[in-house]
Amino acid sequence: MSLISKMTTGIAGLAIMATSAMAADLSIVHGSVGRDHEILRKQLDKFEANTGNTVTIVSMPESTSDQFGQYKLWLAAQSSDIDVYRMDVIWAPQMAAHFIDLNPLVADIIGDFVPAAVESQTVDGKLVALPMFLGAPALYYRSDLLEKYGENVPETWQEMTATAQKIMDAERAAGSDGMYGFVFQGAAYEGLTCNAQEWIASNGGGRIVELDGSIAINNPKAAEALTLAASWVGGIAPEGVLNYKEEDARGVFQSGNAVFMRNWNYAYALAGGEDSPVRGKFAVTTLPTGGEGTSTAATLGGWHLGVTKYSKNQDAAVELVRFLTNYENQKERAIVTSRPPTLSAVYEDADVAAQQEFIPLWKPVVDNALPRPSAATLRKYNEVSSAFWTAVHNTMSGQGSAEENLAKLEQDLTRLKGPRW
Amino acid sequence: MARSVNTSRLTRLRTRSAWAFLAPMLIVLFVVAGWPLGRTIWFSFTDASLDLMSEARWVGIRNYLEYVEFKDGEGKFYGLLADARWWRSVGNTIWFSVVSVSTETVLGLIVALVLNQEFRGRGLVRAAVLIPWAIPTIVSAKMWAWMLHDQFGILNDMLMKVGLISAPVAWTASPDTAMIAVMIVDVWKTTPFMALLILAGLQMIPGDLYEAAKLDGVSALRVFRKITLPLIMPAVLVAVVFRSLDALRIFDIVYVLTPNTDTTRTMSVYARENLFDFDKFAYGSAASTLMFLIIALITIVFILGSRMDLEGKRT
Amino acid sequence: MTQVWLKRLGFYALVTVIILQAVFPFYYAILTSLEDGQALFEVNYLPAALNLVNYKSMLANGVFGKQILNSVFVATVVVIISLALAVTAAYALSRIQFRGRGLLLLTILSVSMFPQIAVLSGLFEVIRWMGLFNSLWALVFSYMIFTLPFTVWVLTTFMRNLPVEIEEAAIMDGASSLTIIRRVFLPLMWPAMVTTGLLAFIHAWNEFLFALTFMSTDGQRTVPVAIALISGRSEFEIPWGNIMAASVTVTLPLVALVLIFQRKIVSGLTAGAVKG
Repeated sequence: MSLISKMTTGIAGLAIMATSAMAADLSIVHGSVGRDHEILRKQLDKFEANTGNTVTIVSMPESTSDQFGQYKLWLAAQSSDIDVYRMDVIWAPQMAAHFIDLNPLVADIIGDFVPAAVESQTVDGKLVALPMFLGAPALYYRSDLLEKYGENVPETWQEMTATAQKIMDAERAAGSDGMYGFVFQGAAYEGLTCNAQEWIASNGGGRIVELDGSIAINNPKAAEALTLAASWVGGIAPEGVLNYKEEDARGVFQSGNAVFMRNWNYAYALAGGEDSPVRGKFAVTTLPTGGEGTSTAATLGGWHLGVTKYSKNQDAAVELVRFLTNYENQKERAIVTSRPPTLSAVYEDADVAAQQEFIPLWKPVVDNALPRPSAATLRKYNEVSSAFWTAVHNTMSGQGSAEENLAKLEQDLTRLKGPRW
Repeated sequence: MARSVNTSRLTRLRTRSAWAFLAPMLIVLFVVAGWPLGRTIWFSFTDASLDLMSEARWVGIRNYLEYVEFKDGEGKFYGLLADARWWRSVGNTIWFSVVSVSTETVLGLIVALVLNQEFRGRGLVRAAVLIPWAIPTIVSAKMWAWMLHDQFGILNDMLMKVGLISAPVAWTASPDTAMIAVMIVDVWKTTPFMALLILAGLQMIPGDLYEAAKLDGVSALRVFRKITLPLIMPAVLVAVVFRSLDALRIFDIVYVLTPNTDTTRTMSVYARENLFDFDKFAYGSAASTLMFLIIALITIVFILGSRMDLEGKRT
Repeated sequence: MTQVWLKRLGFYALVTVIILQAVFPFYYAILTSLEDGQALFEVNYLPAALNLVNYKSMLANGVFGKQILNSVFVATVVVIISLALAVTAAYALSRIQFRGRGLLLLTILSVSMFPQIAVLSGLFEVIRWMGLFNSLWALVFSYMIFTLPFTVWVLTTFMRNLPVEIEEAAIMDGASSLTIIRRVFLPLMWPAMVTTGLLAFIHAWNEFLFALTFMSTDGQRTVPVAIALISGRSEFEIPWGNIMAASVTVTLPLVALVLIFQRKIVSGLTAGAVKG
């Protein structure tokens, strides 16, 4: 607490911004989660004090599809009611036409940001949004159980499967009926796209759609990865995993009923919470690989700030975006909301490491981040993602083999692509 | 009753007042619904996207059906009418509606008959019965998702305690049970709606009809079949029509409860995907329009089949 | 004698089952609202702890009261306007003979055949064009789309079933149609009016999509949106405790409403009004 208040005073001193000639009324919209709203309001108060502008927060439900639909309606109506939008990492290419190019306006600072994050927001050379904070997954494992059975932290998916099976069987024999080996996000939604593209990419199967827009997903390596994943369902993973989202997976893992879990950074603080049965019994590592010659892959999540073309106060809005992503504010946000920052330097900050021990751990994850193919597929991304998760979900629920579903997926994607994306 | 010259003038007068009475309602409905609906139908014949509505161009029936000839001379049909996913969602929706609306009607009738009896604490029971309908859908869908959860769900816990199942059932995840889960929630949620409308119908039956039957010593079942059922039939039918319209347009329970897969995707979910998520506004509009036609057809068939008295010929 | 006794036992057993199925999920929701953290992931049948934290944190948030008032306002006005419009329309449709009544009824019904989501963007344009964006009247106005067809249809059906004799005398006396509606039909229509009003009220009270789209500030929002805005401590966490606490809070007024009006549902014809 004292640290935060000390820091706040520091920021007020440091953040001397050029006050614009005319005070503007700005509006920022975001889907607030946890203390997001509180911390944003606090930082906006500082911004208002520094610049004389006023900023109103419009909050939205956290359901990303509700936000997406609403933002599209507002933007389609060319509404000037909102100046700054906080957007999901995958929206930039789909909404690019409604936002100003930030490149010339942030050229002086863009080098400090995590490159993968900047890349994800760049569409045809246009910087649609400035990265605000990230989300990145890791493999959570029960360190106590691994130690008990003398197993190493797995480096490949095969090792993980074998270890999970062994520990699950042994624990069940010892009376823990509800024990499972691995939980992840297997429901048919965007989260499955994230999970499955990690399995495939880390197995050398390439991307859903390659960077140049070509489609090479129907390959043996990808099929191998999906076949392995399908074998988990009803084996080391409960059958219900086919409708698990983040919280379902966390619930199982945190109740002590899973050896491994793939989840985002948010679960770390909760699973380590005071009432958590697995507190002190788990650790995180990078997601496994497909073996020799392959490398780990982690899907990048996150929320980023864009200024709409229809804003009547674009200069002040850009100023606001720069303010909210500066070092001090990112540091504060990382400490209070445990959001992984987008400035590389904040990962090395001693205060952050002291208060949020996991953030430095996530640096390698963020550096290995694998963006979803939203940049290549542009406005068709959602449909591509839906086709992809459908193929994966069908494979996992036993409706066709991996090869069959991938062949069908290739067809679907080719048709979707048409002459070009 | 003899019809005199006077009555015909009266009839004309009354017809005029009929339109005066109808006008406010029709005007409001036209303003609220006319433009949005007409626009949706228009966009279904264009290439509009949500971002670029003003640039929408007329493309004919391409969203519905299009024959594309490939370079090698072979061709293939595209468009909504040739989309297996769409027809699958139509099938899902109709299957869902038939099962849940008929279940709801039977259960609603039973509940209404019970609530129509005189007994102590009836008011409280009425209020209690209405609770499922009163809870906001966004909440009840999440609540049921929680209760149906394979690991922490109370339903699996109960069934296992009773011994009906030996291992947890993944209600919402498994393709076999996902639709059943949606139906359970829908029936639970909307039976009160049915029950209340039918109850209102029951309450409008003059009490002396029953008394007469009672005096004649007719059995309860016969009274129900010969007196009650025919009299509440109009109320039941109108309740069924509105429930069916809602069921055919079901969206939120499916959306919150089940994975977004072919086994539970309904027409509304399909339309929403295209309208907002897939950036295919025109195609989504076409789906909405086709959905409107399908529902209209079903409604008309139902109204004709059930001999619903629309024109009021009996009076 | 035993037969009567058995019958009564069966009847009360049925009542019990009806109550249980309706109330148990709600009870479970209340139970959940009293739990926190890890306790959520365990199945309990009885409250493990009485933790009112979730209710306190919700009521401490100043806007929630305003949002309940918004919902009350919108739902009440919607019910009043739609009943007023529908009663007159239903009279015309049920008691006056003219051509095309069936077609008109079908046209009214057809409004309810489009998916809500398809109407959304067009309605958004209408609302903006009328300058009602972010005003509660936008909701009152747009909810007519589902309350009007429903109320008109139900009231028409019920009115048509009333015997012809009841208005004949009035017509012969030369009473105007409005008087006939007010004096003759309204007293008889109570069960139907209260029922449709109640169902429309709940529908308006629980509507989410329009309420989200047409309102942009927290002070103007209605209860379902407010509930959706309740978020967990982190991105994917669902704050069951808070959500359930809010739902319990907004469902109780509806239960009270039913208790108040349920007497009206049973009055009407059974009170012998047809003879009077």
